[in-house]
Amino acid sequence: MVFDPDIAQTRFGYGRSPKVVGPQGVDEMLALLRAPEVQMPWFPFPSDAEMREKMLALLNARRKISKAEKGSDAQQALQKAFKTARRASKQEGAKWIGATLARRVWSRDGLRERLVAFWNDHFSAPGKNVIYRYTEPAYVANAIRPHVGGRFEDMLIAAVLHPQMLHFLDQNNSVGPNSAIAKKRPQKNLGLNENLAREILELHTLGVGGGYTQDDVRQLAELLTGVTTIQKEGTAYLSKRAEPGPETVLGKEYGTRRARVSDVHAVLRDLARHPDTARHITHKLAVHFVSDTPDEDLLVSMGARYLETDGDLAEVVEAMLRHSAAWAAVEDGAGNFKQPELFVSSALRALAVPKKQLRDVKSHQLERLLGTPLRTMGQPWRRPFGPDGFEEDDGHWLTAQGMAARLQWALGVPAEVLDALPDPRDFVQTTLGTSAPASVRFAAETAENRREGVALVLMSPAFQRV
Amino acid sequence: MGKIVMDRRGFLGRGLAVGCSLAASPVMTPVSFASTGGENRLVVIILRGGLDGLDLLQPDDAGLRLLRPTLAARAPSGMEVSGGMMLHAAAKPLWPMWQAGELAFVQGVSTPYRNKRSHFDGQDLLEAGTAQMPTGATRDGWLNRMLQNMPGSQMTTAYAVGADPMLLSQGAAEVETWSPDVGFVLSSQGARLLEMTMERDPAMALAMQKAMTLAGEGGGGVLEMADSGMMMDELETMMDAQMSPQGRGKAKAHLRVAEFAAEQLRDTARVACFSIGGWDTHAAQARTLKAPLKNLSDSLLALKVGLGETVWGRTTVLAMTEFGRTVAENGTKGTDHGTGGMMVMAGGAIRGQAVHGRLAGLEEVDLFQGRDLMPTDDVRRYAAWAIRESFGLDRAALETVVFPGMQLGDAPGLLA
Repeated sequence: MVFDPDIAQTRFGYGRSPKVVGPQGVDEMLALLRAPEVQMPWFPFPSDAEMREKMLALLNARRKISKAEKGSDAQQALQKAFKTARRASKQEGAKWIGATLARRVWSRDGLRERLVAFWNDHFSAPGKNVIYRYTEPAYVANAIRPHVGGRFEDMLIAAVLHPQMLHFLDQNNSVGPNSAIAKKRPQKNLGLNENLAREILELHTLGVGGGYTQDDVRQLAELLTGVTTIQKEGTAYLSKRAEPGPETVLGKEYGTRRARVSDVHAVLRDLARHPDTARHITHKLAVHFVSDTPDEDLLVSMGARYLETDGDLAEVVEAMLRHSAAWAAVEDGAGNFKQPELFVSSALRALAVPKKQLRDVKSHQLERLLGTPLRTMGQPWRRPFGPDGFEEDDGHWLTAQGMAARLQWALGVPAEVLDALPDPRDFVQTTLGTSAPASVRFAAETAENRREGVALVLMSPAFQRV
Repeated sequence: MGKIVMDRRGFLGRGLAVGCSLAASPVMTPVSFASTGGENRLVVIILRGGLDGLDLLQPDDAGLRLLRPTLAARAPSGMEVSGGMMLHAAAKPLWPMWQAGELAFVQGVSTPYRNKRSHFDGQDLLEAGTAQMPTGATRDGWLNRMLQNMPGSQMTTAYAVGADPMLLSQGAAEVETWSPDVGFVLSSQGARLLEMTMERDPAMALAMQKAMTLAGEGGGGVLEMADSGMMMDELETMMDAQMSPQGRGKAKAHLRVAEFAAEQLRDTARVACFSIGGWDTHAAQARTLKAPLKNLSDSLLALKVGLGETVWGRTTVLAMTEFGRTVAENGTKGTDHGTGGMMVMAGGAIRGQAVHGRLAGLEEVDLFQGRDLMPTDDVRRYAAWAIRESFGLDRAALETVVFPGMQLGDAPGLLA
């Protein structure tokens, strides 16, 4: 294994920064990941309970409008109040994106931030309506972030049973066909919704090629009945909605006639420890961080560590980082091509955009600097088409439109977020390090102005491939 | 200082020069968009938000006037399409198109989506073209599956135009995406240096070259300063103008999309898709529906003008929406998410002056779940017939691959 402090940041973090010194060895990277996260008090995320309160306040404000007398002054006042609250929630959303960016730009523990993004994508649950778009950052902060150095099964349980996911994958509509509640109200035609069960097997654990059948999907869906959301409490288990057991998933029986949430946890833990899951998860990690065609020995080593440790994710990451394939230099025209979010985030880090700027960002500014550009690059912020997240395939991102949008961003945004652009001759050095190719150095030195000099560095293959 | 006063077109012209100069370089291989998949064209426009078909084409119906005390009370537009049905006044720019036999409507149609009325799911289902919600890692769009099944499809170019990624065009077949909103200011020196830094990365250089070509073709404008002596602050001003939505003419974004699509279709492309938003008219619909209707009208006209007579004559445009809206007006003089809706068709290839499909009753008892227009047909059937008549796909491919689970049924006679 040949540790390289530049690769440690570009491939396993958000890139080099002129202000933050990156980790100096694998031991340090792992120590940071295993230790509790260094908090950023300026940039807090809401807890689940806080988020529920905020969400209820909005919902109640909306309810009041419909209860008030139509067209009355009182109703108009309520509408106005609701509008104000909506605007405030939008601004709050911008603040949380700023908080995410602040960590990417200023944290020494870039690996943790990259893992948060990776697992957020793995457990994609973009909001399907205004309310759940608002709550998504809390989901990431509370269901994903605390577990990136922990056990996969704990993250699995936290993520797939979180109200965000339950809403996204229609679990709240899933009721056991023979449950107490379905029998009591036969006219309502209550029944199963297999969506969550299917995605757990296909996307979150075993993978699309995994050894499961439609029957496993159905049995798992039956097991999951009972899991639902109560607005005031969050995730709840209501046994009157649950299908009486037992159910058989992958040949193992769970539960009894009396439905319990512990059976749901048990099946999720077993799925998390399954060899197909180990293969699926480690392959995806290697593709994301190292190469679209990962080294076979690297995969074997990561997969083995996963199974030995029952899916301890810090151990799996260690297996990756201790392998020489993870540190192979990027060859000309090869190497992972940064996804738009990584491109933009790592550029902001290279520019060392001040914390204050990120803290005070307004939602309309964010739309201009991040929202619209990322959409044009093909990766709208945290809104993939479906639960499978964004494409890992580099070819998907290397398009004309993608490149044009990156160039537009690189030419325009840096000058907007900084009071003064860096000297391109310094910028090429701080951004690409000692291995900056001669052609990029030359471009930075020869550019007619700072804007173009900075853009040329950001557009270079040396910056965009990791 | 300040002597440079160039209009937009002037810069676009210079932008083209960037494309050409890079194309001439040995590194940046010129891009060809070869295509010989027949001469017919298909444009699909997704109307995001839920178009109110009963307002676009308002039936003369006493029941409707009861349920829509303000919306159905407006003065008739005088543009009667058939049996007392009036075209919305804001769609007036389309009236000559109707009279020329290049506009048609399909009423009472919907996707198989029922009960939930979420934009998110509704649009997913519309673009996936399936009967069930797409799940897992296998999601692609029906337009892409159509491309995969077109005779000579490998030679056909398709474009998804606009900034928003569309599920409609996702999938195994290669589809060019381009947003004319992308624009940048780059000096000729900068362009040369950019090329140089990508010298050893052919894939990246190729994508960049395509970008330059598309932008130069009027896709948004590579704005190049041939004169490197240009004053710094002038350059800055222009860059700022590029960055600001106003500077790029945000109000006209939809027009640039349509114009760019037309340009590609006139050339080698055969298929294009884009979206127009703004149809979610929950409040003050009499006012809020005007803007999207104007945008749709302008886009269709821009396509017609941009394509020219011959190509327009071979073009079919389908404008589809995720669902219709409630038949009754709500408390804020708007309408809520419904079920049965409307598809708009345009183009020189279609049989115009026609209102296809069947409108169900508008009495409360006739409504879907007592609130929505009852759908009487599958909108996918009409899209499928348009595809079949444009590109000759067979029944089996349409019923099992492009729109799985759809019954093609009898020909509604959409094309002329």
